[in-house]
Amino acid sequence: MSADPAAQAGTAPDADAAAVRKAIASTSRPPPAGALSAALTFGWRGMLKVKHVPEQLLDVTITPVMFVLMFTYLFGGAISGSTAEYLDYILPGILVMSVLFTTVYSGVALNTDLTKGVVDRFRSLPIWRPAPLLGSLLGDSARYLLAGTVIIVLGVILGYRPGAGVGGAVLALGLVVLFAFGLSWVFTTLGLLLRTPNAVMNARFMGIFPLTFLSNVFVDPDTLPSALEAFVNVNPISILATASRGLMEGNANVGDIAIVLAVAALLTAVFAPLTTRLYRTR
Amino acid sequence: MQMTSQSTLAVEATGLVKSFGDTRAVDGVDLAVSRGSVYGVLGPNGAGKTTTIRMLATLIHPDGGSARVLGHDIVKEADAVRGAVSLTGQLASVDEDLTGRENLILLGRLLGLKRPAAKSRADELLEAFGLSDAAGRLVKNYSGGMRRRLDISASIVVTPQLMFLDEPTTGLDPRSRNQVWGIIRALVEGGTTILLCTQYLEEADQLADGIAVIDHGKVIAEGTPGQLKASVGSGALHVRLMDPEQRPEAEQVLGRELGSVILEADSAALSVGCSDADRAAEAVAELSRSGVRIADFSLGQPSLDEVFLALTGHTAEEDEAQKEQAA
Repeated sequence: MSADPAAQAGTAPDADAAAVRKAIASTSRPPPAGALSAALTFGWRGMLKVKHVPEQLLDVTITPVMFVLMFTYLFGGAISGSTAEYLDYILPGILVMSVLFTTVYSGVALNTDLTKGVVDRFRSLPIWRPAPLLGSLLGDSARYLLAGTVIIVLGVILGYRPGAGVGGAVLALGLVVLFAFGLSWVFTTLGLLLRTPNAVMNARFMGIFPLTFLSNVFVDPDTLPSALEAFVNVNPISILATASRGLMEGNANVGDIAIVLAVAALLTAVFAPLTTRLYRTR
Repeated sequence: MQMTSQSTLAVEATGLVKSFGDTRAVDGVDLAVSRGSVYGVLGPNGAGKTTTIRMLATLIHPDGGSARVLGHDIVKEADAVRGAVSLTGQLASVDEDLTGRENLILLGRLLGLKRPAAKSRADELLEAFGLSDAAGRLVKNYSGGMRRRLDISASIVVTPQLMFLDEPTTGLDPRSRNQVWGIIRALVEGGTTILLCTQYLEEADQLADGIAVIDHGKVIAEGTPGQLKASVGSGALHVRLMDPEQRPEAEQVLGRELGSVILEADSAALSVGCSDADRAAEAVAELSRSGVRIADFSLGQPSLDEVFLALTGHTAEEDEAQKEQAA
């Protein structure tokens, strides 16, 4: 029983039983998407959300601009004697800080997702279990890249010149994004453990915020009390900032880079399986 | 019911148990669902329907008992189960921040369709479900009925062998509800087995071949809609009067003719157990002769509401109110 076109037009807003039956009959079941393909598809989902609500990008565009301008012009004279000299010191640091601050949103987004029915559908699909999580972190990594690019471009406009040129800046940005990817898994774990998005935000305030300030992002640790200096020197965020400065200037210490990569790998190795497990059983 | 042959069963659950804290949400549920049928799990809110469905769809692990879905164990062979079922949850299981079309393409890609195939499948489904005009709008701006239709179409991007539908018409207006019912009937004609959770007795009556009535995490009755009604007893003659003041008189006449009369909540209505059409007709005629003016009357099987009342001693709505107080 094929519906005639006129009748179909008349009932356009309704489901047409004949068309529904045809739609059911016309599929065969392909093998489900592979692990990488599924993760990339979830990454695409993240991109679509940005497309529909571009305001989501304010936190990775406007906030870093504010940080660069505020810290450079407010503290530059007091800390380094001139804003130009301080910009050379702080720009890689601001890059680290801005990107790491952004990692919390991975946890917030996951926590928000869980209150919606769509997660049940994702979890009932025959796909690689970590794919939804890995996919959204891949999408988030694109945001980190954007935040980092905004900072470096603004720095160049204000007079910052990386000694190692564009290549050095790209390498530094890549290292920061890799570390942020590892750190994001901590926040996705928290996003599944804590009850509300606000609680996840608070975790950033109590965790990443002090860790960033107790690093060499803003000041040379030589000026600090010795106990604090000792802590600052082993803080992974200091090591990341030092490695980023080194890459930008072309004199990076391989040991620093290795430590940063190792910490990122460790965070991923511990918290990615934990997140996946919590996501599955919640 | 072909309970003996395992291969004919789409769902076979034995003694499923799931607790949350001190609450036994599901307390020993047995189910046997034949392939190609619509099976209704009927019960009030909080009876354990959703928890049962979530166990069968492998979203949560049972604390006790076991179940096979399409022949696969839901714990040991969860991947195989997920490969053959789809779930339409109680909350709309679609992404509100994407458009309808994007939702369907996303699922098509995840289920293994290539990008062009996923797109054309999405368009085909949007057309069939009357959503073409809304294809490019964000789902958060959809009406409840549109969202539900998208939700169901998302479940058949690739046709599942078994579909879990959790309260598909809750909150819908009557027109949208009828559309969803039409879609469900079309799905069954296409050969999909459907496990339908509902708190609407009429819905189970309309759609289901078999029904399990569930209350406080236990199956309290099981059978076809007809069997369930028969188990409660005979049908009933329902009479509505033009004038509520005449109800005592009508009660007296009907009591004399047919036996004990139930006064309904509507002050002009009353009913009396009776399955014999001739005797019912005689009783109605007797009412007229005694000057009682009748607005309408009907002779029917008991409704599933009455079934629920007879089985549990309370109506579904009362129980729901209790649950809400407890929560």
